[in-house]
Amino acid sequence: MAWGEFKDTAAERRLFQRRALVMLLFVMLLMTGLLARMYQLQVVEHDIYTTLSDKNRVQVQSVPPPRGLVYDRNGELLAENRPVFSLTIVPERAAPIDETLARLGGIIEIADEDLERFRKRLNEPRRPFQEIPLFYDLGEADIATMAVHRHEFPGVEVTAELVRYYPHSDLTAHALGFVGRINREELNRIDPVNYAGTNYIGKSGIERFYEEVLHGRVGYQHVETNARGRILRVLERENPVPGADLELHLDLRLQRKAHELLEGRRGAIVAIEPATGGILALASVPGFDTNKFVTGISVADYRALSESIDKPLFNRALRGQYPPGSTIKPMMAVAALDSGVTTRDRKIWDPGYYQLREGGRRYRDWKRSGHGWVDLKDSVAQSCDVYFYDVAVEMGVDTMHKYLSAFGFGEDATLDVSGALSGLLPSDDWKRAMRDERWYPGDSVNMGIGQGFFLATPLQLATATALVANRGEWVEPRLLKDIRGERSADEFLPEETHNPLVLKDPENWEYVVDTMEEVMHGAKGTARRTGRGANYRMAGKTGTAQVFSLGQDEEYDAEEVRERLRDHALFVGFAPADDPKIAVAIIVENGGGGSSVAAPVARGLFDAWLEEFPAAEASQMLGQVSRNGSAH
Amino acid sequence: MGLGNDLLGAKTDAGLGRSRSIWDVLHLDPILLFLLVTLVGGGLFVLYSGADRNIDVVKAQGIRLAVAFGVMLVFAQLDPAVFRRWSPWLYALGLAGLVAVLLVGVGAKGAQRWLAIPGLPRFQPSELMKLVVPMMAAWYLSRYFLPPTLGRVMVGLFIVLLPMFLIVQQPDLGTSLLVGAAGIFVVFFAGMSWKLIAAFFGAVSVSAPLMWFFVMREYQKQRVLTLLDPQSDPLGAGWNIIQSKTAIGSGGMDGKGWLQGTQSHLEFLPESHTDFIVAVLAEEFGFVGMMLLMAVYFLIILRCLYIAVSAQDSYARLLAGALTMTFFIYIFVNVGMVSGLLPVVGVPLPLISYGGTSGVTLMAAFGVLMSIHTHRRMITA
Repeated sequence: MAWGEFKDTAAERRLFQRRALVMLLFVMLLMTGLLARMYQLQVVEHDIYTTLSDKNRVQVQSVPPPRGLVYDRNGELLAENRPVFSLTIVPERAAPIDETLARLGGIIEIADEDLERFRKRLNEPRRPFQEIPLFYDLGEADIATMAVHRHEFPGVEVTAELVRYYPHSDLTAHALGFVGRINREELNRIDPVNYAGTNYIGKSGIERFYEEVLHGRVGYQHVETNARGRILRVLERENPVPGADLELHLDLRLQRKAHELLEGRRGAIVAIEPATGGILALASVPGFDTNKFVTGISVADYRALSESIDKPLFNRALRGQYPPGSTIKPMMAVAALDSGVTTRDRKIWDPGYYQLREGGRRYRDWKRSGHGWVDLKDSVAQSCDVYFYDVAVEMGVDTMHKYLSAFGFGEDATLDVSGALSGLLPSDDWKRAMRDERWYPGDSVNMGIGQGFFLATPLQLATATALVANRGEWVEPRLLKDIRGERSADEFLPEETHNPLVLKDPENWEYVVDTMEEVMHGAKGTARRTGRGANYRMAGKTGTAQVFSLGQDEEYDAEEVRERLRDHALFVGFAPADDPKIAVAIIVENGGGGSSVAAPVARGLFDAWLEEFPAAEASQMLGQVSRNGSAH
Repeated sequence: MGLGNDLLGAKTDAGLGRSRSIWDVLHLDPILLFLLVTLVGGGLFVLYSGADRNIDVVKAQGIRLAVAFGVMLVFAQLDPAVFRRWSPWLYALGLAGLVAVLLVGVGAKGAQRWLAIPGLPRFQPSELMKLVVPMMAAWYLSRYFLPPTLGRVMVGLFIVLLPMFLIVQQPDLGTSLLVGAAGIFVVFFAGMSWKLIAAFFGAVSVSAPLMWFFVMREYQKQRVLTLLDPQSDPLGAGWNIIQSKTAIGSGGMDGKGWLQGTQSHLEFLPESHTDFIVAVLAEEFGFVGMMLLMAVYFLIILRCLYIAVSAQDSYARLLAGALTMTFFIYIFVNVGMVSGLLPVVGVPLPLISYGGTSGVTLMAAFGVLMSIHTHRRMITA
């Protein structure tokens, strides 16, 4: 051969045949091995992998129920749900998270504040595979950008969710409350199943009190997803039960009126319909935009609100505890008459001061010169302090406490007003416990004109006033008027717990109402200027509460200090006097005199409620009738 | 000749006097061709499913396979003697290409595999070496008497290890493995003594730890570790193995049906139309489908070994045997890796996985086999 060596071709062929046989056996062995492996996976362990495969593809997802809407008594929408597009990240799918965030930052603008908030949420306890919002209320441009780039960002999604929106937020902030993101503490409290798809929960007000009703019942869907978690189809679905829609006693028009009347001031207005106890208006001024709180308020915005000296976040109507001042006198009059310490005919001489004993300390009347001979009606109409010093001392703290308790002071008498405070109705026991001192007659003197230890919220004053308007018939204040759908509001309102205040002589109710009418319409009534020219009779009582002190560390300029040391102006009243449709309590902080500042506010509310609104409704109805008529 | 002669060889024993059939004119082996067409045709169906009903992928693959069959046809026309003569030159050219890749190659994902020469389509010299290395080894060893002496075995191994080393540098473990296998099978078929084989395996088992510490890249080590315990990194490197095993296992005996595989269609299975396509087949056609696939592959190997055994000179035998075994190594490594027996190395399922280069090389190898089978009478004549 050309190779220069001897080659035994036949031997080489045999050698190759042997080797090929070995290789064939080798191939058969390994192929059998592969098939054995397949048999193991596909037949022996088939069930295990079937389960794994199904677990891969089928996911159970919660479908959050849409939150119930809130309407006012006229069907005006107060709280609705608005679709908001947010950018959310499922950290389990978007790892490494820092790189994802950095790349996201390259295509859309993310504020440092959003990043900070995101990282905070990342470290909080949460459900696995729950998305964390990074960025709320995406603009259209950002949505488009994300649509183009979304395949580059596994675990990052643009999701539309329904978010609470309060169209009249500034007006209704303190009456409705608001919802916000579920926090750590709430997470431990809520039913994890029912809230599986819910991100928001009622934080205050109606939203908090009726959380269960508004929330509804979670639904489920079994969905087939791909490896990136994108839903491909819904296999099975159980629809959520939407939250129930609420109708409140609140009247947005009156609420707006209340805010207009207190424009530029600080104060609170509570208006109640005496027949039902329905709260028609619950205003605390200044208000604030609750919408900012829903998706999470920025630090700067929050600081601006919380540090404002006007305290817009403070709910004065429910939580402002003020000395009621002279507005307590009608209730004191009821107590004095019924307990027998005075009569309608009894007159006393008011020299301008009161002494517990001859030569003792002089408790001054607001009118230095005194009111002269006054009976109970004069005393209420002119707000004579001396008369009430006298009956207060005569009654003593126990009697006063008994009667004032019956008016709802010293407790939260409301049915569904979340966060209402109880004020402070002092008693002998209270003073011993808190001050380690017995109750002095001088304490009774102060209490008789609503000063001293006595504190009440505007809501409590309105409640007590409504009780007078109802002549002792108790109707607890409430916000909920109706639940839309089949269920009735009574199902959700707590039990009414108060017994009517029955007087030994029921005529005394009419008498006390008369004294309050004198305030508005009498020749010497403190609010006679307010009552002038009205087409209806109203009953009321003015009040002025002293502002004792300012915090040591609060720094105001001189002008400010003078303004903020002025007395609070108060007013309680109802109208029409013989058939009350509305009872109000008003406080204007540092407003000065109750008669000059607070009473006109009440007149504005009464006029609106008794004349303007019915007239507007009538003309609207007429307009409809005439439109219908012309159609024929 | 005891080897399946009666089973597969009857038709090819046509004598000189008979009129030449169409297969003789085309230099094709009809049995092998039929098996290959069956495999490729079935493969396209699986690919349609693996690519999630993307007909464009199937069309592209169809064009590639047509080209590959064209290449096979061309190679089949060449006389084995031509391959033998070209062997050293092609080998030198291949080595130069590999060096060039390391110096000026282009690539992606941290690997340099391609050579972009202006005016020519981009190509992978390492892919070419799958054919050239066994040709060179067979050329060298068949020049002398067989079995080879120790020294010649060493030279033969050197011929194999040199390009392997260069390919590992790219780095491309999968290709280097296939190139190495192709060459070493030549040495084995040549009659390397069993003692040496035992020593060789001994050396491999000793050098394995050394490879681990000095040669293997971090990503390669990771693949081995992931194989041993996929759950250790279920969302990272272990994901592929877990998902492919889930796909295979959930297929069961009969499979979920064509286009019904949830693992692949819902994108849980990565690389479902390339390296992991056998998992799609296993999921949709079950164990029955896997047995059918293995049967077709086995018949191809059987036919090729027959061709090798009936070849008329040592060069042709060694080359045919080595190319056949390389084809088998493709199958074994790919199926082994997808079913979680072997580490994940980038080896496609031959003639079914989507992708051009390896298909062309494989069909070229079958062209060589057909050439060997259809030219033997002319050589002896």
